[in-house]
Amino acid sequence: MDLAFSPEETAFREEVRRFIAENYPAHLRGLQDDGEELGREDMLAWHRILANKGWSAPAWPKEYGGTGWTATQRYIFSEESARAETIPPLPFGVSMVGPVIYTFGTPEQKAKFLPGILSGDVWWCQGYSEPGAGSDLASLRTRAERMTEDCKEYYIVNGQKTWTTLAQHADWGFFLVRTDPAAKAQEGISFLLIDMKSPGISVKPIITLGGEHEVNEVWLDNVKVPVENRIYDENKGWTCAKFLLAHERTGIAGVARSKRGIEKLKAIAKAEQDGNGQPLLANPFFRRKVAELEVDLTALEFTELRTLAGEASGKGPGPESSLLKVKGTEIQQRITELVLEAAGNYAAPYFREFPAGSNEYPIGPDFAHRAAPTYFNMRKTSIYGGSNEIQRNIIAKMVLGL
Amino acid sequence: MDFNFTETQGMLRDTLRRYLSDNYDFDKRQAMLRREGGRDPGIWKALATELGILGAALPEQHGGFGGGPVDSMVLMEELGRAISVEPYVPTVVIGAQALVAAGGDHADALLPAIIGGDAIVGAGFYEPQGRYNLADLKTTAKADGSGWTLNGHKAVVAAAPFATHLLVTARTGGGQRDSAGVSLFLVEAAAKGIVRRDYPTVDGFMASDLYFENANVGPHALLGAEGGALALVERLVDHATMAVCAEATGAMRKLHELTLDYARQRKQFGKAIGDFQVIQHRLVDMFMEAEQAQSMTLMGTLRLDDPDRAKWVSQAKAKIAKGARALGQAAVQTHGGIGITAELAAGHYFKRLSIIEGQYGDFDHHMGRLEAMMG
Repeated sequence: MDLAFSPEETAFREEVRRFIAENYPAHLRGLQDDGEELGREDMLAWHRILANKGWSAPAWPKEYGGTGWTATQRYIFSEESARAETIPPLPFGVSMVGPVIYTFGTPEQKAKFLPGILSGDVWWCQGYSEPGAGSDLASLRTRAERMTEDCKEYYIVNGQKTWTTLAQHADWGFFLVRTDPAAKAQEGISFLLIDMKSPGISVKPIITLGGEHEVNEVWLDNVKVPVENRIYDENKGWTCAKFLLAHERTGIAGVARSKRGIEKLKAIAKAEQDGNGQPLLANPFFRRKVAELEVDLTALEFTELRTLAGEASGKGPGPESSLLKVKGTEIQQRITELVLEAAGNYAAPYFREFPAGSNEYPIGPDFAHRAAPTYFNMRKTSIYGGSNEIQRNIIAKMVLGL
Repeated sequence: MDFNFTETQGMLRDTLRRYLSDNYDFDKRQAMLRREGGRDPGIWKALATELGILGAALPEQHGGFGGGPVDSMVLMEELGRAISVEPYVPTVVIGAQALVAAGGDHADALLPAIIGGDAIVGAGFYEPQGRYNLADLKTTAKADGSGWTLNGHKAVVAAAPFATHLLVTARTGGGQRDSAGVSLFLVEAAAKGIVRRDYPTVDGFMASDLYFENANVGPHALLGAEGGALALVERLVDHATMAVCAEATGAMRKLHELTLDYARQRKQFGKAIGDFQVIQHRLVDMFMEAEQAQSMTLMGTLRLDDPDRAKWVSQAKAKIAKGARALGQAAVQTHGGIGITAELAAGHYFKRLSIIEGQYGDFDHHMGRLEAMMG
C-alpha cells in the first residue's frame, strides 16, 4: 500500500492541469465568475473540447471511447477538473445512459448512440420518477403497448414523468415504462430510448425555490417508439435501472467538487469580517465547523478510494456506493449551510429579478447573492438519485442483511 | 405563575388568524409578492384600521391598548403561520418602541400615524462590515448649523423601500466599535441625500441598502441622548429578536402541520409514508423542535424586562435558530422533490425559516454572547 503518486501520475496531473489551463473557454469562465445562468451551448462547450481530446468519458471501457486510465488517473482528472471548476460533461449521457447502452445494448444500439454521447452532440435526459413513483420507483405507471404498423413494431407510450432535469434542452431521453401491467412491480418494466422530438411529448417547467428552471414534467401522449429503441429484454428494464442507479451513486459523492467548495468557503470566511475587525474564519465556532467538514470529507474521500480500488480489481459498484451517496450529499449540503451563514445579513437579498442590462448591481459581497438559492437548491441532493432514506434501506438490506 | 393569555390577547389571535385565513392564504400571498412593489399595501392598512391591532402592544397614552411584548408575540405567531411579509417588526416592535422610549414631539406626532397604518418605519442598525455587531458602525453624524449630516451605508434594511421613516444608528463619537458614541436618528425616508437600492429578499420581503451621502436630516432627527443610544438599540433589537422567534414558532408549527398532512396522504410502497417509522420519528423530532421553540419564545418574551434580558433572548434565539433549520430541512426532505418547488407552500416556509435563522444574529452570534456573559 502506498499513498504517494508515482512520477508518471504526477506527470499526468501536470498534463491535465495544463490542458485545462490552455483550453478552458474564457467566456465560460467569465459567465461562471459572474454567476450567470448558463445556456445549452455553454453547458456543452467544455464537453465538446474534452471529446476532441478523447477525454469526455474517462470511466468508459477503451473500446467504446473511454480513456483507458487507471482509477488513480481518473481520480487525478476529477480533482484537477474540480480545482479548475470546469463544467463537467452532463451526467445523463456519459455517466448514466452510456454505461447502460454499452453494457446491455445491441451492437447496432452501441453504434447508433454512443458516439453522440461521447461528442456531446446529443443531450440526454432521464425519465424515471413519476408523480406517484418517487422513492417507490418500481410503482411507475407510464404504459408502453406494442403495436405493428407497416410491418414495423412500435411501443405506444402514455404517461407522465417528473423531476426530469434539463429536459428543456434534451434531444433524447431514457425512460422506464411498464410493458407488463400484470407482472409484479419490478418485473414488468422496460428501458426505452425516446427521441424527445417525437410527436406527443411535452415538457413543462417546474420552478424551484431559488427561482431556477432546472427540472421539468414530461408528458407522453401516444408517443410512438420503435421497438429497436428498447435496451435489453422486454420486462427486464429494472436490471438496467438498478445498474444505472448504482453507477450514478458513485459520481454523486462529489469529493473533488466538495474539496473545492471548502476551499472557496475558507476564502469567503477569510474575506468576511466578523463584526470585531477579525475575519469570520478566525471565529472559533465557525472555524470548528469548517475543520469538522474537512474531517468528514477526508473520511468520504478514503471510503471512495477504497471503493474505486475494489472496482479496479473487478468488483462493480455495489450497494456500498449508497454510503458514498449519503455522506457525499450531506457534505455538499453542509458546505452550502456554512456559505449561507457566512453571508450573514446579505443572505437575504434576492437579485435574480433585476432586468438584464440594468445598471443595478448586486450589493453585498459577490458570493452572497447565490448563497441562499444554492442552499435551497442543494436540498435536492438528499432527495434525488434515490433518496438518502432509500440508500439506507439498500445498505440495511443488501450489506447488513437485515 | 400564570401562562394564560388575557381575553384581549385571545381576541387578538382569533381576529388576526381569521383575517389572514380569509385574505392571506398561500396563493393570495404569492400573488401579492408578484405585484409592483412586491406587496399589497392594503393589508397593512387593514391591520391598522379594519382590525385595529397595530396599537395592541403600545401604551394607552399614545393611543395603544396598553399591552406589551406578549401581545406582539401573539400577533407575530399568527403572522408567521401565514408567512406574512408585513412590516410589524421594524415598524411597531422597533420603530414605535423607540418613539415610546424617546417620548416628546416625535412620539406625539408619529405614534398615532403608526397605529393608524400611515407611517411605516425601516430600521437600519447593521452595516456591511459589522455582521451582527450593533456597535460596529462606520456611519457618522455631524452637527452643523442646519442640523445633522449623515454619511454611511446601512445593510439590508427591511421595509425601507416603502417606509415613510427610517430609524438608523450613526456615530457621533468614539471609534468604529466603541460602545460609546452611538446615536439614534429618526429621519424621513424621502430626505435628500439618502440613496436607496431596493430589492426583494429570498423569503418574499422587500428591503434596501441605504447610502447616506451628506444627508442633511435637520436638527430634530436625533432620538434620545447623543452618543448614548447603544443600550436602547440593543434593547430594541432584543425585542425584535423575540418577535422573530414568535414568527418562527408560528411558521414552524404550520410547516409541521403541512408535513404531517403530506405524510398521511403521500403513498409509496403501498402505504402512507407516515406509516414508516423513519418518517414517524422525523415528524416527532419536528414536533419536539416546534414545542421547544414555543417554550423559548414564551420564556424570552416574558423576560424582556429582566435584568438578564440579553441572556434569555440569546438562549431563545440560539435554540430557535437551530430548531428552525432542523425542522425546515426535515420538512423538505419528507416532502421529497415537491418540497423544493415554488408551487408548494412548504418550501416557502422553509425559506422564511432559513432567513430567520440569521436575523438579529445567528446561532453562533448568540452562543458567543452567552459564553461572554457566562463569566
